[in-house]
Parts: sequence; structure tokens; C-alpha cells
Amino acid sequence: MKSSPTARKREVQEMLKVLGEKIYYQIENGVFPEIEMPSRSVKNIVYDEKLKQYVVGKNRVKRSSKNIKHLRPFTQTIWLAFFVDKLIREGKTSTLRDVYYSAQAFGIEFKDQAESDEIITDLEALLGRAREDYNVYPEERSAIYGDITIEYTTPGHEGKRLNLASHPDGYLIGPSLSTAELVETSAKMVFAVEKGGLFTRFVENKVHEKYNALIVDTAGQPPRSTRYFLRRLNQELGLPVYVLTDADPYGMHIYMVIASGSANAAHLTELTVPTAKWLGVTATDIETYRLPYVRLTDEDIKRAYELKNDPRYRDERFQRELDVFLRKQKKAELEAFAKYSLDYIVDKYLPDKLKEVKEL
Amino acid sequence: MKGCSFGREGEKSLKETFSEISPSDFFYRNRDLAGFTNPARALYSTVRELVENSLDACELESILPEVYVRITAYDPLEEAEPKKYVIRVQDNGPGVEPERLPEAFGKVLYGSKYKLRQSRGMFGLGGTMAILYGQITSNKPVTIETSVDGVKRYYYKLMIDIEKNKPIIVEKKVGEGNGLRGTVVELVMEGDYFRSSTKIQEYFKQTALVVPYANITFIEPSGKIFYFLRTTTEMPPPPKETLPHPHGIDVEFMRRTIRQSSDESLAKFLSKRFHRVGLKTAIKFLQYAGIDPNRSPKSLSDEEIVNMVSAMHRYEEFLPPDAGCLSPLGENILAAGIVKELAPEFFTIVTRPPSAYSGYPFIVEVALAYGGKILENGIKLYRFANRIPLLYDEASDVSWKVIHEEIDWKRYRIPQDAPIAVIVNISSTRIPYKTVGKEYIADRPEIERELKNALRETLRKLSAYLSRRSSEEHEKKKINMYLKYLPLIANFSKELAKKSRPPNYKRLLSKGEEEERQKKIEEFTDS
Ligand SMILES: Nc1ncnc2c1ncn2[C@@H]1O[C@H](COP(=O)(O)OP(=O)(O)OP(=O)(O)O)[C@@H](O)[C@H]1O
Ligand SMILES: [Mg+2]
Repeated sequence: MKSSPTARKREVQEMLKVLGEKIYYQIENGVFPEIEMPSRSVKNIVYDEKLKQYVVGKNRVKRSSKNIKHLRPFTQTIWLAFFVDKLIREGKTSTLRDVYYSAQAFGIEFKDQAESDEIITDLEALLGRAREDYNVYPEERSAIYGDITIEYTTPGHEGKRLNLASHPDGYLIGPSLSTAELVETSAKMVFAVEKGGLFTRFVENKVHEKYNALIVDTAGQPPRSTRYFLRRLNQELGLPVYVLTDADPYGMHIYMVIASGSANAAHLTELTVPTAKWLGVTATDIETYRLPYVRLTDEDIKRAYELKNDPRYRDERFQRELDVFLRKQKKAELEAFAKYSLDYIVDKYLPDKLKEVKEL
Repeated sequence: MKGCSFGREGEKSLKETFSEISPSDFFYRNRDLAGFTNPARALYSTVRELVENSLDACELESILPEVYVRITAYDPLEEAEPKKYVIRVQDNGPGVEPERLPEAFGKVLYGSKYKLRQSRGMFGLGGTMAILYGQITSNKPVTIETSVDGVKRYYYKLMIDIEKNKPIIVEKKVGEGNGLRGTVVELVMEGDYFRSSTKIQEYFKQTALVVPYANITFIEPSGKIFYFLRTTTEMPPPPKETLPHPHGIDVEFMRRTIRQSSDESLAKFLSKRFHRVGLKTAIKFLQYAGIDPNRSPKSLSDEEIVNMVSAMHRYEEFLPPDAGCLSPLGENILAAGIVKELAPEFFTIVTRPPSAYSGYPFIVEVALAYGGKILENGIKLYRFANRIPLLYDEASDVSWKVIHEEIDWKRYRIPQDAPIAVIVNISSTRIPYKTVGKEYIADRPEIERELKNALRETLRKLSAYLSRRSSEEHEKKKINMYLKYLPLIANFSKELAKKSRPPNYKRLLSKGEEEERQKKIEEFTDS
């Protein structure tokens, strides 16, 4: 996975050509074309203890153009392969929504965007590559700030370099950034924070300088392009990733998706940062730092019970924190540290917690 | 019974007076029994009784029926219903012998159909009841014209003496026959066409369904003409008369038969006068009953007659009644009627083998029609008994019970709201009607069983048709899907593989069709 985005695009193009040739010759030989891919059915999604994430099992499904029920999704999949091949060749990107609308021009119908999203996921499973590798991105964007220099591969900007500490609001983690080459950095770590507010506070408080860090705003549950980018920072540059979220079961789960992935993307193993660490805010922190809190809602409690039974949460630390949530019935937000002072979280809480997790 | 008093309130005297009434008086008082409940129903019943008499007469002589029916307002200026109508029914049948005519039409419970022979008429009541009802509501005589030979034509004007149950001849004329045979009945009665038109029209439509060999013309009071034209010249063979079966007789019948006979021995008597009883069977039966076969019938005491009749009912060696005397519609005629009146997408007909209840033979015919232009969603039941459409009291009829309570429609994967017509025709020398109004049939277990078997068979056929049809539709859809998607797949694969021309997908198309053909042949040889 250390290969550069450009190289990865070439690989995808090669795979698409092989797929095209396979279908072409099946038809030429008078055989109804077929494709095969890992099954994404619930039964085939298993938790991999070693990878510490959900992966698809050994079951594969065949999609045959002979079967009337398959014919439509089959054609949609082949069209999508053709469409992204064109995207890569022309150096363009497309959002999930764009894909849905683009189909019509080629005589392909999707009844709604959910259907086209489904086919996009199928192609990911078929190629074993994330859609970002074939230039399809979601609409939601998150941001990054810090001393790192990148070089664009986007057509029209190729070779251009940019340092991501040049603009205090940060840079959108969009298609151009996702596909840029990572040239150099002085950073030693990455802080991924759940909220735009805290992101701005960190930049203002010069966390990037104090800790030699890159700061990423995940904007809630991070979009896959952000998880993909975090993984690149971790794998290509060897930077540890620390995650800061609100103190509630949903916040915990933001961390868990970054570290262990989601069941929805079980067919992709290249979106996770297995070594990422959750700094907090933990349920215990609410007590330790005597943070202002609110009561857990029924929804929160239900979620906490679900997580307790989730294999990704088997680790003793998570079980303990979930128990504290359930026992104390309290939750708190990152902003709650403002009770002490605006700098408290950066100057006191962060060093405490970094020390704590390093001892884990 | 505290405080019990003799005689009801308002009753003046405890003394009862007794009197006897004639049959016509009885039906005059109880006209509900015969279907003359109110002006609307009476108009419907009149039309029906007269048309049935005409059809019976024609069929008995294998004459292709030409029936003409006209209802006109007696006084065109009268508007409010109920009002007086003139009803005229004309046929090309064999006519009525002039000597018999006054009693046939002017005497209740007098007729030519009291035999063991299949016909619409049974009671010697229907036509006469219509005339009686006309007379009591309009006080006008009925006019009958008839010719049996086309040479002479008789004109009668009749009234009924209700108390005496006797015809009164008001006028009688003889004229030229002009080569025309047949009968015309014209009467005046109070009726309500506004409230009966739907049923009357339905009656004609359903009649046309089972009598497609007749030409029927119907003119409504408004002058509108309905034609029901003949679509086949095939007629069911005329029904034959048969002897009574030993299982179906009673003591009174036995006593009368003995009185009329002059046979010297019981064995001879039984073998000559009963259906399915030959000399050998008669002797075997009499031995079983413990009666000397050589005794003279007239020597039997009342008690011996009673014992013999109950032994007859018990004795199981008599062959079941022969249905050769019955005249079911037959598949050709029924098919012609269904195509003509219902024009369905699919229909199937099942004729059950003859069966018998209480010594009376019967045959059940069931047709099932599906879809087409006319049928609406849901099950429509057409009931016929000896070719009479039965339009009232559907839910009391045995066929209704079978269809709605005894058949599991889900088993045949036929949706309950499918556009379906079930046509049931029961033919018998004696239809077990529940009333003399002939509107619904009693649920005799034997009849119920035959209906159930017949209906099941038609449902199996419909179910097979529907699944064949849906698989054919499916195949058509499949080919269309291939036509739509394969060219697209071919083209995208060409682009992906960077080829200059698309692969040849046409072979896949013809391959798809070929496989369908193959599958169909296999299915056919399987079934
Ligand atoms: N159009 C006709 N042509 C020839 N004979 C007729 C005609 N109409 C009536 N008859 C004779 O008149 C008789 C009496 O008719 P009617 O309708 O009263 O009784 P039915 O038909 O015998 O029995 P049901 O009461 O069941 O109708 C019939 O049996 C038949 O012999
Ligand atoms: Mg009659």
C-alpha cells in the first residue's frame, strides 16, 4: 500500500482492461459473460482478529448476464467500470451523486442514488480497491492543517506543491488532496478531532508547533476519503494517529471506525489505521476532570449495549469505559474543558492523555 | 301456563270453520312460493316461465328454437311503476293439441312433464301461474294461439276459475295455419319493469349462454331490441323418458302402480315397471325381501307394500340409474355459448360421469372461464339446472357453498380477485330444488361431491394455464431484456478492452431464444 496514487491508478486501469477483455472474449465465444466477486452479504462479513477489523469471508458471488435478475446490475457494473476508466484517463473525479446522474447519458438507469452507490460498492469488491482509487468521492469533506508538503497529481496542477500550514482554516480533504503525493513533513504525529470548533482551537493554540502535529477535522464520523488519507499519513509517513472525540458511545465509535473500519466497507482492507489510539474523552475522564455532563439518552444507552457485544470492542479498556458510561449514565463534550480555561485542553489534558496512552 | 286463555285477542268465536281450497286457490294465496312475490319479481317470473315452456317444447322435438319476447306498456300514457304490461312470447315449437290447450294453460298442476324425463318444467305450474297472476292483477283473459301442423291455427281467450281450478273459455276461433307451427302466449299483468330490467336482461344473457342454438329476440318496453343469435346448430339430443328407479319411489307411488297393473306375478311386475330391474334381479330382490316372487301384486297388504318399499331402498344390488335418458349440454354447445356470451381469454369444461341421488340420475357440467373482455374481477357464478338460469338466492345454492366454502383456492394459486366465471349446469330427471320457484338447489351430498370434483379439475386446468402463460410472458420479457442490455454490455466491454469493434452479441440473443424453445418442448413432453 506504499505505492503512490499515480501508480495505484495505473493498477486500477490495468484491472479494468483485464475485466473488459474477459467480458469481450466471453461474448465473442458465444458465452453469456459472467463476473465474480466476494459476497457482501451479512453472513459473509466476519471479524478478523489479526487485522482487528471486519473483512469479507471466502464466499463469492457470480453475476451472470444470462440471469434476468442479474442482467440489469451486471450492465450497471460494466458501465461503471467503463465510466471510471474514462474518469481516470481524463484525470477527472466524480462524486457519488455525479455517478448517479452521469449514467443517464449512456442509457443506463438507476432508480435512485442508493442503487448507484450499491453498484459502486460492488465494483470496489470486484476490484478489491476503494472507490477513491478510481476517482469517485463522497460529498462530505473534512479538513487538515499542519506542516506537510504535497504535490498534486490532478491534471492541470501536476507537479505543483503546497504546504498545508499555509492557510489557518485548513485544507479540504478532497479528491486532489487524496491523490496528491506526500512529499515531506516535519510532523511527528496526527491529531484527529471530531469537531470543527476544536480543530480551530488547536490551530489557534499552535498545537501543530507545540506537538509537531498535523491536525485533522473528521467532521463527525469521517468520510472514507478522510480515513483513506489518515491511513496514508500513517503508512506512508509512519505518523501515529491520535483520536479525540466527545465522551459518549457515538464519539467512541468514531475512533473505532478509524482504527478498525466499518462493516459496510468490510470488502476493503485499506481504509483503516489499526494503530490509531483513542485519547478520549473517556467516560472515566468525565469523573477525573469533573467535567460538566448531561445524562445519557435512551438512544445512547442502547448504542452502548450494542457496542459491548461488538467484536471490535473486545479490548478490556473499551469494555471498561462502556461499563462506566452505563453505570454513571453521563456524557460530556470536548468543549466541556472550557470550564477551566480555553487552553486547558491543549496544555493540560492532551499531555496527560498522551502519556497515558503511551503507557498502554 | 298461568293466565292462559283460549283464543287469541280479537278473536270473536272459538268455533273454527273448515273449508277446502283448490290447487289454483292455494297458489293464488301462496304465490310467493312460485316466485310471484311483488310486481318486479312477478314480471321476471312470467317472462322466465313462458320462455322455458317454449324452449322445452322445441327441444323435445329437436326444433332449433326461435323465441320472440316482447314487453310493452298496456297504456303508453301511464308512467308510475308498477303498471300494466302486455307480455307476448312466441315460439316455433310443436304447438299444443287444441283439446289439451285449455287445461294446459288454465289449470294449475296440469302438464305433460310429470314424467321421469329431463325438462325445464316439472310441476305443471309455471306458465299457468303467470296467467293466473295476470288475471288477478289485470282482470283480462290470456290469449293463446297455437298450431301443431301449420294447417290450422287455433285462437283461445281463457280465464281461470280459481276456486274450481278450471279453465273458462272466453273465446275460441280456428283459422288458417299458413304453414306456421308454434305457440303464442299473450297476457296482461301488473309489473315493474324499472325494477326488474336488470334481472330480465341477465336472464336472457345467461339463457343464451347455455342455449346457443336458439335465436332469441327480446324487445323491452322502451322499444330497444336485444338479439341473441344462434351460433351453433348442434342441439343436445332430446331427453328420453325413463322408468322410476327402485331407490327413488315411495309407498304411495307403489300403491298406485300396483292398482294400474294387471301383471300376474310380482317378479314380472317389478321387471316391467322399474328401471334397472330385470326378471333375474326382481327374483333375487324378492327373495332378499322375503316375499314370494310368484304372488300377485294386487294380493299385497298395505303393510307388505310398506315393507317391500323399504327393502327396495335398502337393497344395494340394483344398478345405479342409467343416465342415458339425460341430456346434458355437452362440451361443444357449452363452448359455443361461452365464446359467444363471455368471450374469455381461457376456458375449460369438465363433464362428470353420471351419478345418482335417491334413484334419480344426474350429470354435473362445470365450465371455468377466465379473463377476456367481459369478465370483471372476482368470481361470478352462473348456475343452471336443466338449462334454466337460476338468478335468485345464490348464496343458498349448493354450488355457492362448494365454491366459497369447500374449495381452497390458494392451493391452485389463483388469486381470489381474478376475473373468473364458474358455470354450473346440473341435468337430472328431478332437480332437487328447494322451492317450486326453482331458484336454488339443495345440498345433496352426491351432487355436492360431483360439483367439487368437477370444479377442482377445472381449477387445475386454469392453474396450469396461468402458470404456462406467466412463464411465456416471462420468456418474452427475458428476450426483451437481452435485446436491451446485451448491446450495452458489448459496447462497454469494447471500450474497456480498447477494441475497435464491439463483440458479436447476436449469437447470445439467438441462443437465448433457442434455449426457451427447448425448455418449452421439454415442459410439454413432461406434462
Ligand atoms: N309454448 C308451449 N308449447 C307447447 N306446449 C306448451 C307450451 N307452454 C306450455 N305447454 C304445455 O303446458 C303445460 C303446462 O305448462 P306449465 O308451465 O304450467 O307447467 P310445466 O312446464 O309442465 O311445469 P313447471 O311448473 O315446472 O313449469 C306443459 O307441461 C306443456 O305441456
Ligand atoms: Mg313450465
